[in-house]
Amino acid sequence: MKRIALLGMPNTGKSTLFNRISGASARVGNWPGITVDLMSAKILIGGHIADLIDLPGIYDLHGFSEDEQVVRHFLANNAVDLVIILLNSSQIDRQLSLVLQIKKLNIQAVLALNMADEAKQSGITIDTDNLASALAMPVLQISAKYGDGLPKALQAAAQIINQNQLPTDPQLISRKLQADHQIEREMDTLIQKYVQIPTTLTDNTTDKIDRILLHKWFGLPLFFVAMFLFFQFIFSVGKPLQDLLAWAFRILRSDVLNSLFANSPAWFSGLMLDGVYNGLATVAAFVPIIVLFFLVMSMVEDSGYLSRAAFLMDALMAKMGLDGRGFVMMLMGFGCNVPALMGTRIMRSRPMRLLTMLVIPLSLCSARLQVFIFIIAALFTAQQAPIILFALYVTSFFTMFLTALLFQGQYKNSEPFLLELPPYRFPTPRQIVLRGWQEVKHFLIRASKFIIIGVVLVWALTNFPSDVPPASAGTIAGQIGLLFAPVLDPIGINTQLAIALIFGFVAKEIVIGALAVIYGLQGEALMAQMASQIDWVQAMSFMLFTLIYTPCLSTIATLKNESKSSGFMWLSIAWSLSLAWVVSFVFYQGARALGF
Amino acid sequence: MRPLSQLNIAQPAIISAIEADESLFNRLSALGFRVGKTIRIIRRANFNGPLQVRLGTTDVILRHTDAARIQVNLNEH
Repeated sequence: MKRIALLGMPNTGKSTLFNRISGASARVGNWPGITVDLMSAKILIGGHIADLIDLPGIYDLHGFSEDEQVVRHFLANNAVDLVIILLNSSQIDRQLSLVLQIKKLNIQAVLALNMADEAKQSGITIDTDNLASALAMPVLQISAKYGDGLPKALQAAAQIINQNQLPTDPQLISRKLQADHQIEREMDTLIQKYVQIPTTLTDNTTDKIDRILLHKWFGLPLFFVAMFLFFQFIFSVGKPLQDLLAWAFRILRSDVLNSLFANSPAWFSGLMLDGVYNGLATVAAFVPIIVLFFLVMSMVEDSGYLSRAAFLMDALMAKMGLDGRGFVMMLMGFGCNVPALMGTRIMRSRPMRLLTMLVIPLSLCSARLQVFIFIIAALFTAQQAPIILFALYVTSFFTMFLTALLFQGQYKNSEPFLLELPPYRFPTPRQIVLRGWQEVKHFLIRASKFIIIGVVLVWALTNFPSDVPPASAGTIAGQIGLLFAPVLDPIGINTQLAIALIFGFVAKEIVIGALAVIYGLQGEALMAQMASQIDWVQAMSFMLFTLIYTPCLSTIATLKNESKSSGFMWLSIAWSLSLAWVVSFVFYQGARALGF
Repeated sequence: MRPLSQLNIAQPAIISAIEADESLFNRLSALGFRVGKTIRIIRRANFNGPLQVRLGTTDVILRHTDAARIQVNLNEH
């Protein structure tokens, strides 16, 4: 099998090109010599099946960022038959260095010049034919976004593949990668000869938009309005879809599955229906919101606005050891912590990425919001409700800032905040859908695995031993609740609430359901029962604990996956648990001391 | 000669020296920061936030402290 690597600088449309060539067949894979996962896809090219690998976007083969090292290690450990290099035509004056670096390594290459339309608007003309002969490789103008010129580029690639030359020798590449300095000079000569660049850019649409969006005083308010609309859109469109799906799953169970399992042993139908099916349905009902979230996210990300948000918020974030991009991720966490954690991938410095990942699980996600709305409705008046909810959001921000301030010493990042500001671009629907789908697929695979294991465990805990009523004090869960009593009593959390907290460890969506099982009641009746058993101070303490302690197993799994460190995962769990306890303790004991 | 961070907005200047450690130097040069290149500040963020600078066709944002490591000469003509 042939192997083709796709290489380019950040913001050149490389992922767009990869998705366009591979369709939706891409998968994540491990490669020798590197620790991160790379996307790859099998494609048919020139009568051969080839593996197309999407290498991370880099500025320089010889740089020292994580991504640059990944690319070097990949080339020094894996033989490749061809490299497709993608450059942004309007930045060819500096991006050409990457081509020359690949050429120095004697790797077969095809050069694709993307965004020819943007370059044309800026008055840049490129003599591709002569550039091709000077570089001794095919040079083709393409549009990754619309697919123009792509067939020709693939044809050129196929021709090289069909020559059946020997693939690269990784050992030789590894030796060659160690030295070369002439590239800069060669680059300047080539640019001077074959590329004409006007002194000032003629297209200044981006400048005009920036004058408003990056305005000294209006920039930040506009950013918050944009963020508010972003969440408003996701939840106003997603929530009805979620309710619809949840309803469909309920019908499926009551009309079909219940009778299907009617003749199987009670423990088996309990495990399958109350355990596996309920767990899967809970995750599946969240799919519409996740899909929408990723669609909007990938649109915002590809538009170039996130770099602007980072510019606006950086001054404040710098005081907490984070940078502008960290703030964007914190906001995303209000939707769902999982994609926000995955979003930290855009950070190059590992310490900063870890600090951001430590902060994100504290943001009040939509699942926790659900719990709060239920409890607030049960214990507070309609006038008090918005104030309580607002207080919880403020607490969420407060704990995030506190965590960053306390831990910034441990995660000192040596890397300067240096970010390219790409021109505004509007991604095509195809681009948005393909990108969104990749993320959704990964989320589903990971989440479903965890939820199944989690719910089976929870079901077992509340159903054994089987001679006592489910979820009663006699069950294992009840025993655990009693075991935790010495720790949870001082913060006003009784045994019933404690069991709900254990359920909440799996996913916050289960908390309300758990309370329903524990009290054996639903809806209004459950609210009335709870109001008679706990007072508002206990309820508030319970909500504070729910807000701050570990959000859900999916978040933990993502934390471990993204940090590639179990130690970090445990630190995050331990920190959020102790912070939750301390905050609840101070609140509960304080309120009691004041006579409430 | 003066640090890039002290340049006025929109005032063109030529990079005369980059006084950065290896990793910052590499990242700067990958983004197009080289001695002899023309550079100017497009805007500054409030509260001593980052600067937006333009080099040729590329816009970059960087913090004050990093911009202070880049020395520039005013464009006389």
